[in-house]
Amino acid sequence: MSESALAARGVDKRFGSLVVAANVNLALPPGARHALIGPNGAGKTTLINLMTGMLRPDAGQILLGREDVTALAPEQRVRRGLARTYQINSLFPHLTALESVTLAVCERRRVAQTWWRRLITYREEIEEAHQILVALMLGAACHRPARELAYGQQRLLEIALALASRPKVLLLDEPAAGVPREESKELFAAIAGLSRDIAVLFIEHDMELVFRFASRVIVMVGGSILVEGTPAEITSDPQVRAVYLGKAQREYRYG
Amino acid sequence: MPPVFGVLFDGLAYGTLLFLLSVGLSVTLGMMNFVNLAHCSFAMLGGYVTVTLMNRLGWPFFATLPAAFVAAAAASVVLERAFFRRFYNASDLEQCLLTIGIVFVSIAAAAYIYGTDQQPVQLPAFLRGSIAFAGLNFAVYRLFLIGIALIITVVLVATLEMTRFGAQVRAAVNNQRMARGLGIDVDALFAITFALGSGLAGLGGALAIDLVGLDPSFAFTYLIYVLIVVSVGGLGSIGGSLAAAMLLGVSDIAGKYYVPALGSILIYLVMTVLIMLRPAGIFGRR
Amino acid sequence: MTSTTIAEPRDYLQAQMRWRLGEIAFWLATLLPFVLAPDYLLLASQVAIAALFVLSLDLILGFAGIVSLGHAAYFGTGAYTAGLISKLGWGEPLTGLVIAALAAGLFGYVTSFIIARFRHLPLIMITLGIGLLLQESANSASWLTGGFDGLQGIHTWPILGRFRFDLYGYTAYGYALAALFVIFLGARRLIHSPFGLALRGIRDNSQRMRAIGATTHSHIRTIYTIAAMIAGAAGAVLAQSTETVSLEVLGFQRSADVLVMLILGGTGRLYGGLLGAVVYMVARDQFSGLNPQYWYFWIGLLLIAVVVVLPNGLLGGLSLLTRRAKAQS
Repeated sequence: MSESALAARGVDKRFGSLVVAANVNLALPPGARHALIGPNGAGKTTLINLMTGMLRPDAGQILLGREDVTALAPEQRVRRGLARTYQINSLFPHLTALESVTLAVCERRRVAQTWWRRLITYREEIEEAHQILVALMLGAACHRPARELAYGQQRLLEIALALASRPKVLLLDEPAAGVPREESKELFAAIAGLSRDIAVLFIEHDMELVFRFASRVIVMVGGSILVEGTPAEITSDPQVRAVYLGKAQREYRYG
Repeated sequence: MPPVFGVLFDGLAYGTLLFLLSVGLSVTLGMMNFVNLAHCSFAMLGGYVTVTLMNRLGWPFFATLPAAFVAAAAASVVLERAFFRRFYNASDLEQCLLTIGIVFVSIAAAAYIYGTDQQPVQLPAFLRGSIAFAGLNFAVYRLFLIGIALIITVVLVATLEMTRFGAQVRAAVNNQRMARGLGIDVDALFAITFALGSGLAGLGGALAIDLVGLDPSFAFTYLIYVLIVVSVGGLGSIGGSLAAAMLLGVSDIAGKYYVPALGSILIYLVMTVLIMLRPAGIFGRR
Repeated sequence: MTSTTIAEPRDYLQAQMRWRLGEIAFWLATLLPFVLAPDYLLLASQVAIAALFVLSLDLILGFAGIVSLGHAAYFGTGAYTAGLISKLGWGEPLTGLVIAALAAGLFGYVTSFIIARFRHLPLIMITLGIGLLLQESANSASWLTGGFDGLQGIHTWPILGRFRFDLYGYTAYGYALAALFVIFLGARRLIHSPFGLALRGIRDNSQRMRAIGATTHSHIRTIYTIAAMIAGAAGAVLAQSTETVSLEVLGFQRSADVLVMLILGGTGRLYGGLLGAVVYMVARDQFSGLNPQYWYFWIGLLLIAVVVVLPNGLLGGLSLLTRRAKAQS
């Protein structure tokens, strides 16, 4: 068995009497396209926070490749190739798109602490940032502050920021959340265009996205993994239907 | 009895005063996260109300105490409606600056109206003097202060634990969003709590006159102590405020008695270290 | 990708950083007091010192978002260090300035480890606590600091052997202005560097910074140390040009004043702080005949007005007006 790009082993987490993660085992092979679905409150975002290091597990391990990163701070995991996006946009409101992504590139290249050289002399970093933005159809808007971008563009900027760290593993937290139909085309193209070198795990409620991009679906309920399999297997699984898909179809009709 | 008991007694009396001054700020900070640095201006207002009523209008001391409470509470309601409401979601910095501006204005107004001298206050005869016990003198006024603080603490705790209002306050301090979700009118609750807290501060200001004096710089000097009590005790915690206030009161008096050369260094050092170790305060939750 | 596609974004960024006409006009205007108001040169030097101090606060507050109620600690450290060096016999100002700035920077570096770990109320309280502690300690250590009476026996040698500090203030203002300008150039460079971008990122969203791999604590420690050095330099210039140092250089009053100046002018723009310093210091001088109570009344009202009406300070208000004027034309 080749090693996973990202793995969670026996992860537990509770807040007082509230169990948010119970013996979670998850393995993401390199180049994967996995979807994590489940009802609201199932602990999906919490799991992302545990894997990225924003939360410490009470028990269990997080492995990035062969390395145990459970004790590492979030920024250290990013440096080792783990990136994420946020369900609710977490951008730099006053920085332009280009500045934001350039900043991420500079941080990756460890030049963000040089204060004696002007930013414009960092041609390669600016070029790389610009290329990322162009690939995500944000080239024309790259000089606008993040808070002035359309919502769909902001979601794309979320992904651009994550891609700037050249991740080997990318965790997308509901990338399509709140994106109106007219703007979702670019988003879908962006996700389709993600390099096969990157292992992607995305949380989604939008089943169209799940069926389009995921080769494997993991269902999470009440802090535990209920079942996992191919999209076809999951949709026909009676347990899943009962717990989640029934609800999701109701939500889908509203969305 | 060794002098340490006298120091402890004075420290406790001072601590109860600090408690009265701080408890309102602790609860309102815990509930709304609104950094109200003008809290001690309300205390100062209470003090000056007492002075005016007693010295210029001849009221008896005890009658001025509720007046001080009401005046401070009323002033806080006016300010809350006019200004503070709009800044509940503003940044820490803006709240600090807004309320510091109010402090400055209040200090200037007090100096203009009353001058910068200490205000004298004549306590009623039975509150003056001291009781001798086991070789030490216990000032009657300080006993009175401790007594009042005990009564108020009991009332506060009873209100919090046993009334519906108190339950709502506790819910709002614990989790504002959830409290709103449960249908609690957090804004009205906060207005009432803010008024009560400011009123208590006003009462504290009135009681403080005989113990530590009253002049226009009161609003600022005691702000520092109140902030220490609130930060160390934990936001939103009455027990925490009480413990921190006692700790601060005793440390300050003891420090000045035993090591006067160090001045307030001990207090500031203890405060800074405690906040570093427990940023949410000793009893804090966040 | 041809080279022309990348030139355009870089050109845009470059245009952002170019020296504006207004900036050049501003710095030329700082030379005017020599010619137009020679009676006020001592005041002008005080303004320049204040401006340098505000600049250091802007770097941590306007750019990195650290609210400090005790920034005078570093100003005072610089002032006392420079004063002590002179008192001990070495009155050469330029080396004294550098040593004082380094001392303040060292203190800033040590405290930055604490500062970087906290936010909101705990951070405000800790900065206040550090300032108060230092002031009390300086008061107690009167054998070193002169206590309440301040340092005596400071004598500053002529700068570069030629420019003597006189009663008229020519040298004082020239010295303070030169220090301000040189350090300003450094700060301006910093703002337009990758580090400046990182600071703005921290101010905007420090959590996201960690998610892109930024070591925010390290960044905060760096800027805090730099800001402490600049504040120390300002204090040193004060000590050297006035040949006095008293406890107020460490006091809360000074920390509050510099905060007011920065907010008045507008944070995060460098020039905002300078403008705020000019307005505040000149106003204070004009009203100095008044009862100090009146001063606090008006400053209090001003603070309230700025927060309510002009949250981005005078400079923010001005840029808003110019933008509106441009939009209408």
